[in-house]
Amino acid sequence: MSAPVRSDSPGKLAALIAALTAKGIVTEDELEASEAQTDRASPEIGARMVARAWLDAAWRRLLLSDGTAAAEAIGVSMAGAPPLGVLEDTARRHHLIVCTLCSCYPRAVLGYPPHWYKSFAYRARAVRDPRGLLAEWGTSLADGVEVRVVDSTADYRWMVLPVRPAGTEGWDEDRLTALVTRDVLVGVSLPQAIPAGAESG
Amino acid sequence: MSDPSRITPSPSVATHDLGGAPRFRCAPVERDEAPPGAFGKRVDALRQLLSQKQLLTVDELRRGIEAIPADDYFSLSYYERWLRSITALMIEKGIVTEEELR
Amino acid sequence: MTAPGDAGFAPGSIVRVRNDWPERSGPCHVRTPHYLRGRSGTVQRLLGRFPNPEDLAFGRPAPSRALYHVLFEQPPVWQEGRPGDELLVEVFEHWLEPAGAESRAATGAAS
Repeated sequence: MSAPVRSDSPGKLAALIAALTAKGIVTEDELEASEAQTDRASPEIGARMVARAWLDAAWRRLLLSDGTAAAEAIGVSMAGAPPLGVLEDTARRHHLIVCTLCSCYPRAVLGYPPHWYKSFAYRARAVRDPRGLLAEWGTSLADGVEVRVVDSTADYRWMVLPVRPAGTEGWDEDRLTALVTRDVLVGVSLPQAIPAGAESG
Repeated sequence: MSDPSRITPSPSVATHDLGGAPRFRCAPVERDEAPPGAFGKRVDALRQLLSQKQLLTVDELRRGIEAIPADDYFSLSYYERWLRSITALMIEKGIVTEEELR
Repeated sequence: MTAPGDAGFAPGSIVRVRNDWPERSGPCHVRTPHYLRGRSGTVQRLLGRFPNPEDLAFGRPAPSRALYHVLFEQPPVWQEGRPGDELLVEVFEHWLEPAGAESRAATGAAS
């Protein structure tokens, strides 16, 4: 939960902002603009980068070799943002992203991290019990798939390029993008093709 | 190296250095999917602005969070930890004083 | 300790994370997780050079340091886990030292 647990926290935030505003260090307009800008990033950006990589080999190579350049190429300004790294799942390897030390997350292409990603339980267990975590998400890996847990400890931010699921032959970019959820990009879930006309869930 | 069965971590291991922490070994992950509320978004925006204005770096923010005593670290919410760190840094840097925040 | 200008660690190098504990000496900001201290792994690639966060955190001049992506086998770290499962972690050059053949065997790295 991100809701404050101490009843005096909103007041303390207000007091800090008031003091900074009184000194001309920040303005209310700037705060609102910053919130609005952050709201513009969403997991759909990362999802589209993945979908495009499933369709376009040259794009895939760019995405894997220079995620920052790939984000810029689809219109995401990465100025001042940490470098983006994209990790390729294979038939034998599945990646899971975590930041055990804090909450590093590829916000420019995924938006706000979910609370569970920032939780003590996730941070503690991902590096030690990744398969137990995946099981909580209902994610099971095929035999012979190894888990590679990526601890985001420094300047890079990481995202997963999952294996394109079976049953998506002939799908266009939009349809593929819809398969790639935020959970898939972090590596707690695998993309699943839902047959047309079948009920979801 | 620490015995995995111990619940109390070695004193050499910093509070925030949670990889593999025995204390959370069996803790289910609470699947809170809600977006940040108004408080969190505002703290986040403040942090971004202060960074853009070169009054705060992400490294300083982290260092400030890491300095929070363990009891508070584990009981405060995520963005309350941020607010605690940002406030302490603004005071440390002389940008605001404690008196101005009362 | 590697100095600026050293050739650094080539991909495939076996390295050991220093078993240092600056936490014992007072306030610090370290981005090498405790669970890696003293562990050996394999360099995957150089990620780039970045100002040392340990200094940035205290507003000190921060020299540029090489950042490596280093791969570790999970079971030796935790004495549990599935063989073949791995940890891939960003580690700065000043936390790494070359590891010899005995470490190669300890990591279970393929020859």
